[in-house]
Amino acid sequence: MTTDTGCDDVVLDVEGLRMRYGTTDVLREVTFRARHGEVLALLGPNGAGKTTTIEILEGFRMRSAGRVRVLGTDPARGDEAWRARVGVVLQSWRDHGKWRVRELLAHFGRYYVPYATEAVPRPWGADELLAAVGLSAQAGDKVKTLSGGQRRRLDVAIGLVGRPELLFLDEPTAGLDPRARHEFHDLVHGLAAEHRTTILLTTHDLAEADRLADRIMILSGGRIVADGTAADLARRTAAADEVSWTREGRRFTHTTGESTRFVRELFARHGEAIGDLAVRRASLEDTYLALVREPGNGSGLPTPAAAHGERTTEVAR
Amino acid sequence: MSTLAPARWTRPASPAVTALRAGCGRGAIELRQSFTNGAELVSHLLWPVLMLTALFFLRDTEFGSSGLLLGTLALPSILGMNAAMGMVTMSQVLTAEREDGTLLRAKATPGGMRGYLTGKVISVAGGLIADLAILLVPGMFLIDGLAADDAGSWLTLLWILVLGMVATLPIGAILGSLFPSARSQGLIQLPVIGMISISGVFYPLTALPDWLQIVAQCSPIYWLGLGMRSALLPDAAAQVEIADSWRHLETAAVLGAWAVLGLALAPVVLRRMARRESGSEVAERRERALQRVG
Repeated sequence: MTTDTGCDDVVLDVEGLRMRYGTTDVLREVTFRARHGEVLALLGPNGAGKTTTIEILEGFRMRSAGRVRVLGTDPARGDEAWRARVGVVLQSWRDHGKWRVRELLAHFGRYYVPYATEAVPRPWGADELLAAVGLSAQAGDKVKTLSGGQRRRLDVAIGLVGRPELLFLDEPTAGLDPRARHEFHDLVHGLAAEHRTTILLTTHDLAEADRLADRIMILSGGRIVADGTAADLARRTAAADEVSWTREGRRFTHTTGESTRFVRELFARHGEAIGDLAVRRASLEDTYLALVREPGNGSGLPTPAAAHGERTTEVAR
Repeated sequence: MSTLAPARWTRPASPAVTALRAGCGRGAIELRQSFTNGAELVSHLLWPVLMLTALFFLRDTEFGSSGLLLGTLALPSILGMNAAMGMVTMSQVLTAEREDGTLLRAKATPGGMRGYLTGKVISVAGGLIADLAILLVPGMFLIDGLAADDAGSWLTLLWILVLGMVATLPIGAILGSLFPSARSQGLIQLPVIGMISISGVFYPLTALPDWLQIVAQCSPIYWLGLGMRSALLPDAAAQVEIADSWRHLETAAVLGAWAVLGLALAPVVLRRMARRESGSEVAERRERALQRVG
């Protein structure tokens, strides 16, 4: 698959990326790498700079400073051969409304024919691709008659028609209903699993990042404030499980790194007096909220809860 | 694995040739679309039908003491004006498709911009030629006094039309790149209507004050109209024109100058416009457009 990528396994290499509009720094010192076959989610609140980052990587926007290599090439100088190896999933609105689905896909496929190699046959056949994104039944329909979810699948199909080594998805599920979103997640899973496509997607939806990505990078205040698997990120606050219970009509909560041991001791001491026990495990969400609560605070990594000690509070009723 | 059999893989055509071919395919598909959907078919037919109706009632009216019929004079002039309107179509289409993200898709595809522009030239020029035929063919049965029965007339018509399109379509593409939104395209209509009204389409330029004649002679609309009249009218009709002549040399010079200007500037302006396109630009325009509707 990667015979024309060269020996380097690093698909995305970003170092010290800065973007400045006027006097405002939208991105400062964004640094990360992605390896072949990885699915990366760039997660962050609206306005964190996700779209700016992805557009710089797509070669659609000039950066202010920093070193960026996408498939070994500076995207600001990417030529058509480079473009052929990169897939961009755009959010369609009403473009190509009069085209028929299969016709449109076959048309965009034609441009990739000269970039076929023996290892990577290009383009992806229109019928096969329509089946892969679940649009076979709509092949003869006009694009403007598709539902929102179907349209987004067509957007993905167009992004994939050249069998890209790297695929960019900017907020791919924005505006989709829950069912369409679910189907879309399955589609991305399939791509990553079956075709080993490297994928960078942006989202402001934590659950989505958790579901889709091998690795999550949290962008806040123009910096990457956390980078790791969902489990890695959740573990950062692993000591902050929250145990709550009632005893003698009073409600207590306790923050602890070892909730199992704490509960065992709690029962050993009070036995049947304990009621309404609940243990809330620290989640990725806690990490995320802690990180983005103070935008611009680049060093705002959540302190391991062990450091601020265990404490029990009585909750006023 | 796919429709391309990897076992018999051979090096395909060069990227540039492939993009041109894909663009031709694109143009053909868009042309077919514009003649197979109801709304667009109506817009292709409405204007010619209105014009032919007007010409039908003018067909027996004499123009001054020249012995020429008004309808006979007007038909080639209207053809010339319609040919020049390809410029407006090009401009509108380019702005609209920049706004809706068609251009961004082209930009995200290798060779996509080349293919897109090739397709656009084919679909706009093709649509224009079809529209001219829709007007000219019935017009020739309806209107007397045309002199279009020899090869020379058709040859003149052909070179005027081709040169006229080379002169006007790049200018249209430049205008289309400069307008920020489809809505602001409305601004282009006023100067165009102004140019049409002084371009000698509906009455000879010689009837206008001198300074207006000079202004009108800068516009490709006048020369396209004059060229069409020279192709389709008897030579005697040249007496109502400036200098009593069809002025083919001047026609070629002015249209040629527009063509050179357009072809020199269009790549620069188009490239600058394309460079700015990105997903967030399109999203922003979508926001603005939806706000206007809501």
